[in-house]
Amino acid sequence: MQYIDEFRDREKIISLVNRIRFESRKPMRIMEVCGGHTMAIHRFGIPSLLPGHIQLISGPGCPVCVTDRRFIDHAIAFSRQPDVIITTYGDLIKVPGSSSSLEREKAARADIRIVYSILDALTIAKKNRRKKIVFLGIGFETTAPGTAAGIIKAQMAGLFNFYVLSAHKVMPPAMSAIIQQGVPINGYLGPGHVSTITGSAMYEFIPDKYNMGVVISGFEPLDILQSIYMLVRQHEANQPKVEIQYSRVVRPEGNSQALELMNEVFELRDDWWRGLGVLPQSGLAIQQKYADFDAEKQFNIEIEPTREDKACICGDVLKGIASPADCRLFGKACTPTDPVGACMVSNEGACAAFFRYRKTAAE
Amino acid sequence: MCLSVPAKILSIEGEMAQCSVGGAIVEASLQMVTAEGIEPGDYVLLHTGFALQKISEEEAHVSLNLFNEFEDFNKRLDEEEKADRQYFG
Amino acid sequence: MTKEQKIMLGHGSGGKLSHELISSLFLRHFQHPALTAMTDSAVLNLPEAQLAFTTDSYVVDPLFFPGGNIGRIAVAGTVNDLAVSGAKPMFISAAFIIEEGFPIATLEQIVTEMANEARHAGVSIVTGDTKVVGTGKCDKVFINTAGLGFFHVEFPPFPGQESVKPGDVILISGTIGDHGMAVLSARNELPVQSGLESDCACLNELILEVRKASSRIKFMRDATRGGLGTILAELCEKSKFGIEIQHETIPVRESVRGMCELLGFDPLYVANEGKVVIVAESSDAQRILLALQNHPLGKDAAIIGKVVEQHPGFCWLKTEYGSSRIVDMLAGEQLPRIC
Repeated sequence: MQYIDEFRDREKIISLVNRIRFESRKPMRIMEVCGGHTMAIHRFGIPSLLPGHIQLISGPGCPVCVTDRRFIDHAIAFSRQPDVIITTYGDLIKVPGSSSSLEREKAARADIRIVYSILDALTIAKKNRRKKIVFLGIGFETTAPGTAAGIIKAQMAGLFNFYVLSAHKVMPPAMSAIIQQGVPINGYLGPGHVSTITGSAMYEFIPDKYNMGVVISGFEPLDILQSIYMLVRQHEANQPKVEIQYSRVVRPEGNSQALELMNEVFELRDDWWRGLGVLPQSGLAIQQKYADFDAEKQFNIEIEPTREDKACICGDVLKGIASPADCRLFGKACTPTDPVGACMVSNEGACAAFFRYRKTAAE
Repeated sequence: MCLSVPAKILSIEGEMAQCSVGGAIVEASLQMVTAEGIEPGDYVLLHTGFALQKISEEEAHVSLNLFNEFEDFNKRLDEEEKADRQYFG
Repeated sequence: MTKEQKIMLGHGSGGKLSHELISSLFLRHFQHPALTAMTDSAVLNLPEAQLAFTTDSYVVDPLFFPGGNIGRIAVAGTVNDLAVSGAKPMFISAAFIIEEGFPIATLEQIVTEMANEARHAGVSIVTGDTKVVGTGKCDKVFINTAGLGFFHVEFPPFPGQESVKPGDVILISGTIGDHGMAVLSARNELPVQSGLESDCACLNELILEVRKASSRIKFMRDATRGGLGTILAELCEKSKFGIEIQHETIPVRESVRGMCELLGFDPLYVANEGKVVIVAESSDAQRILLALQNHPLGKDAAIIGKVVEQHPGFCWLKTEYGSSRIVDMLAGEQLPRIC
């Protein structure tokens, strides 16, 4: 078993789709809060397989999309320092800041390197002791433990030329805010990889408080369809609960070793989310005991005033109350080659997915 | 999200492991999954150079078996439909 | 000239050092009367025929990678540009822009590979140029090659994009993404090894075999940067037809797929250096496929889709479970990502 093809089996997909059609009666709006799900749903054409009364909506699940422009401006300001090497995941390269982007700064000779892992950034720090290496920490609970591990390794190795700029965020406050802000949904497709770390208990407040189900889903077509099926059953029986479809990797208790790393290095703080505003206790700041590695604390540089494009409706798209097609910039002033909003930049952004997998008039 | 892929452990040296993703070899840290007792041949979920969890073959089979049941159910429906059609000519 | 020598600015000055470099390296490897005459331009004897003329510049990082080096690509790329237009590649130029300090021994390795590849493809390198720039002004070495080819009476130019009609079939000569992934893993910036070799190769012989098998070929293009996806999107852009390709028929090596899953790339947009996309009348599909598969460079060839009346201007990818998506041109470079 290689855990990919088995979950893309055509016959099984068809039978699962039939099963959903057979059992689903009530109209339903399901929100996926993981950008990976957004991409997979479009890539595998899931909406075209579902009955018309089941609607899938994309939520704020792409770390790049929800991140503040100020974070990019911050990174750009670092990159303009002569002795700084920026290390980042490829995702951030094209994201527009207030007046520039990392891609543009790179073209203007800033030393910006794309890494696959924070471990690669540590290697760069080892090889360039006279430079300051700033790693851009983005992502949810899935990615944050790796960043924590990186910071601890830097400390153990005495790599005091290594810094992290953290924009890490945690998912539950956003899921709560979506419901509180009145976005009409009937259930959540729970983020599979976030939950691999956190476990399922952190979602229990959703059925308890909001009477809404959460099914933690994998990313292959069969996973997603089975999760939708589980949500349909909950909805038809009016018995919302937290269930794990992605049981081959998600344990109810999560991954305690990863959680320990995260708790050791980070602490919760209020954080700004595109579309949702400031959410209490939703961001991860580096704790004082690791302040030596905190780029926010160790650099004192001026950052330009943040400017957002007013016509961009990324915020509403992220909240699931507007479709990318509702935006007057979409496909015209804002395309994957020349993005205005963050949702168009990220591969998993709702706008990029919509653009890439858009329907033509002929279809 | 989090682009994570299933990878097969080929060899382990200390905290690091060589893993195979469809024949491409990638080095990854096992530090978050040491409690799972990972061995060569096991599958793990990889993300940004770290194994996040051991993949449970048992649980994967549970899911796949469930899909098989759906398939059987469908076949039964198909047959019933066929039988109906024959009956009503 | 000893092996340890490095390229100096003087090697591009046009004086004694230039002369030495040209005769001891380039002329020695690219033996051809038109070149050894050392005239300002090569004087060539061509049959009276239609000509194909192309040029391309080559920059690769790293210069050497499993399955080839920049020299091999510089020859194969230009040969392929001629061959996919239906021409028989004949003559090639080779112009080098070299960074000061570049080891001459490494340059010789590149030049040797160019000479071998040219010999193998039956083309002659007949004119060239060398410029040396200061350290940091270019990345080691850049090569530009131009190519001349002619059309045999039996094999006129392909009718081209305008002749493509609904019902035509689309073939690819082999697995996609090998070059891009081989080069990416050879760059050693990522903790990934693919064991992959670049598919870099001259395709003129393969294409000739295909032409012998069928006279109903309408269009060919080598799928290089931007990959198969970009070619298909370009092909139907601004056209009155659409394209439909079937996902599971597209040949992709396991390790290319693995690397793509790992880094978040789409194999459709990963570069190739030895793959050709063919559009032909459907009646000849099997003959063409067979001709491709009978050649070592085409053994993994496959029919991957067809030209359709629906969705004009767009290429759709159908998956084996009945869903579909649009294949767009690649927007910017693919980068390793976390989401």
